[in-house]
Parts: sequence; C-alpha cells; structure tokens
Amino acid sequence: MSGGTQGNRFAAAVIGASAGGVRALQIVLGALPAQCGLAICIVSHQVPKSKSYLVDLLADGLELPVRVPDEKEEIAAGNVYVAPPNYHMLIEVDRTVSFSIDLPIHFSRPSIDVLFKSAADAYGAELVGVILTGANGDGSLGLKRIAECGGMTVVQDPETAEAGEMPRAALAATPVDHVLTLEGIGGLLAGLSKSTW
Amino acid sequence: MEESERIEIQLLLEAIFRKYGYDFRNYSQASIKRRIEHRLSMSGLDSISTMQHALLYDAAFMDSLLLDFSTNVTEMFRDPSFYLALRQKVVPLLREYPFIRIWHAGCATGEEVYSMAILLREEGLLKRARIYATDFNEVVLDKAREGVYSLEQMKEYTTNYQKAGGNEPFSNYYTARYDSAIIDPSLREGILFSDHNLVTDGVFGEMHLIFCRNVLIYFDRELQNRALCLFSDSLCDGGLLCLGSRESLRFSSCSGDFEDLAREEKIYRKFMQGDGGDVGRNAGE
Repeated sequence: MSGGTQGNRFAAAVIGASAGGVRALQIVLGALPAQCGLAICIVSHQVPKSKSYLVDLLADGLELPVRVPDEKEEIAAGNVYVAPPNYHMLIEVDRTVSFSIDLPIHFSRPSIDVLFKSAADAYGAELVGVILTGANGDGSLGLKRIAECGGMTVVQDPETAEAGEMPRAALAATPVDHVLTLEGIGGLLAGLSKSTW
Repeated sequence: MEESERIEIQLLLEAIFRKYGYDFRNYSQASIKRRIEHRLSMSGLDSISTMQHALLYDAAFMDSLLLDFSTNVTEMFRDPSFYLALRQKVVPLLREYPFIRIWHAGCATGEEVYSMAILLREEGLLKRARIYATDFNEVVLDKAREGVYSLEQMKEYTTNYQKAGGNEPFSNYYTARYDSAIIDPSLREGILFSDHNLVTDGVFGEMHLIFCRNVLIYFDRELQNRALCLFSDSLCDGGLLCLGSRESLRFSSCSGDFEDLAREEKIYRKFMQGDGGDVGRNAGE
C-alpha cells in the first residue's frame, strides 16, 4: 500500500458513465480545479461508429485539458483522458495507456470494466473509481476490483441519476465508500485533487 | 497488481516461449492479463501457476490459450474512412507498379484481406496484385483461407463498404448459404495465406504496401519498434504502410523513414533514397 503521505494518497480517478453520461460528466469535471492533482480517465459509452464528439463536449468551458490519449502515453496528473470509440482503453502497470479491439463487454467498447480493472492493477490504493448514470451493468465488476485493491469507490446516488441501473448494479456488486449526487462527487474529487500540488 | 501475480504471468509467458516458441513476453501486459484471466475462468483451474502446469503438459490446452492470445476480432471494411483514403490516395500510387506486392501482417480471420481484394478488383488492380496475408495462428489462418463468415454480419459490412466508397451491390462478393456468407472464391486467387510471426520472424520480401492494423496496440514499445523496423526493411522505396487508427510511427526509431500520406488514417509512405527522397522529404514538409 504505497501512496505516501495523507495529502497525496490518490494519483488517479477513473469515471464510468453511460446513458445521460455527458451531462453528468460535465457537472463532475466542472467542479475540478484548473490545477488538478489527479489524472482523470473516462469511459463513456458511445455509438460505436459515430465520430466522437465526446472530447469536444467535455472540453467545452473546462480549463483542464481533455483528449483521447496516445497509445502508450504516460498518464499524468492534471489531464482528462477519454477512451476513443470502438476501442477498449487500459492502463498498464507502468501507468501508460493501451488500447485493444477485444470483444465488447456488456455490448460496449470501450468498456468501463476493462478500464477499471486495469487501473486497479496499476494504481492499487491510489485510485478512485466513480460510477455515474447508466442503463446497464458495465463497471460494477471493475469497481469491485478497485475496492479489493484498496482504492476508493464512489457511486452516483441512483435516485438522482438519469438512469439508475448502472449505479444500482455497482452498489449491489461491492461495498461503496461514497454514494453522492453529481455535485457531491465533483466536490469530493476536487478535494482529493488539491493535495498533491 | 500484486507482485506474486505479476511473477506468475511472467513465468507463464516464459513457459509458453520455451516450450512452444511463441513469444508473448513483450505484449502489453494489461490485455494479456485479461486474456489469461478469461482462460482461467473458462478452464476451472484455480491459479495462473496451475495453468502453467497445464499448458506444459497438455498441448490442447495450449491451443486454446493461443487462440485467446490471437486477436480474432475484425470486420470487413473496418473504419470505412480508412478504406476511402486507400481508394483515393493509395490506389493511384499502386497503379504505377506493373505488379503489386502487398503484405497484410496479422490478418486474423481475413475479413480485411478480402476487403482489400474487393477494392483492388473494383479498381482493376487485383489481377496484377499478390496479397501475402500472414498470421502466427494456424487456426485463424484456416478460417481466413475458408472465407466463410456469418451472414448476419453482412448487413453491417455492406454499410461499411458503401461508406468506404463502394458502388457495387455488396452481395456480388458472397454467396449466402443457410446462415453463412461464402466469399467469392475468385477473390482469393491473388491471396497467399501463410504463417509469419511478427515477434520472432524476419523481413518479408520487398513489398509495395504493408497493411498491419490493430496489431501493434497489443505490443509494448520495444516490440512495436521491432515490428515497425521490420516493415520499413520490407518495403520498397516509396512503399506504403497502413496502421490502425490508434497506432503511430511516432515513437519508433524508423519514423524518419516515412512521411504522412493520409495522416488521420495512419497511412505512411517510405521516402525514396537519393534525389527522389530529398524531393519527397521537402514536399512532405
């Protein structure tokens, strides 16, 4: 359980969202400071064949840089990385990005489970996993793995989610540290992201 | 990842290499781990170390793992915009050659090989082209040779084909039988399927076009570099290299051998040596 002092225990947050995800992500990311001590990695389910507008939608009005990472790029704090359509995004143990075209999980590629499980291996207790609104069960196994590796788990309150199924599936799969509104999640991540600078 | 687990995975890959000669030691770990976990849960074995024992003493178990380690996910005219660029920017260059040699490295079950053959036929080039389609996995290569795919997928492939600039009825290229689509065997005449391993095998002839998409993403940087230099060495001057949409030459030691032909679609052209090269280089910048 590395992670150093109390102040900088967390290095990265992974966020998974599906139906209703764009608006939810905008609210959560909007709460983060411009100097963010966390790296943020996002999987949001999209129509696989469509050109991705997700990066543009999320970057709009945000000071943090948002982009699809390069393959094998090193993950760095203060950046928001978005999985591209039609690829799974994984984090290697040396904290670089990999992509794969392996079969979709829960009909989804990128899959939240794939990102979360690999990130749990890479970051252990230094990781925060966040499940937002969505209408399927993707992400719950990944969140469980994050909990098992000592990371922090956060789920959007299903009552406040545009689609409650994904948060509910996550809550059923694993003990969760925080169940919050979108504003609450934004505030929590903002607090965690301040300490490292 | 726990240290013990990482050691188990490394030992498993070492055992595969020493017993069977397939070298996955420089594959991206995160994907390899997913595939090992998948086989572990399918097999009912209780640990990666037990799997190691199983694969050493049971070649059939190794065969199933080998299939897991191959990337068997592909489609016809995958990324239509890429095939459109192939038609618009690459085909005119290929026309210059009296005979066209194409290497499709990591062809998996062959869907993209037949896509290329269709495109070449429509452009009147198939008769003077030879496509060398390679993969390290014989099981997958056999499927590619057969050219029999699920009929259900043809609807999606037809859409891809049309977006890629295809104007023929796509059903001209296959025969439906029960729930299968049998690819027109005459497309196969110019294709030679054979065994080649990008990790351990060497240069593959003098090619005009090398096609290797969504294979390098499974390699670490070192192995990517090996493969890319192998491609550079296997291309003639002015030859073309097509990579997957998330792949790039940028970090390889042979990136200086190439210029962008279609940047967004990851199509590169190898510089000419000597005078022609300087012209090409200046024009590219």
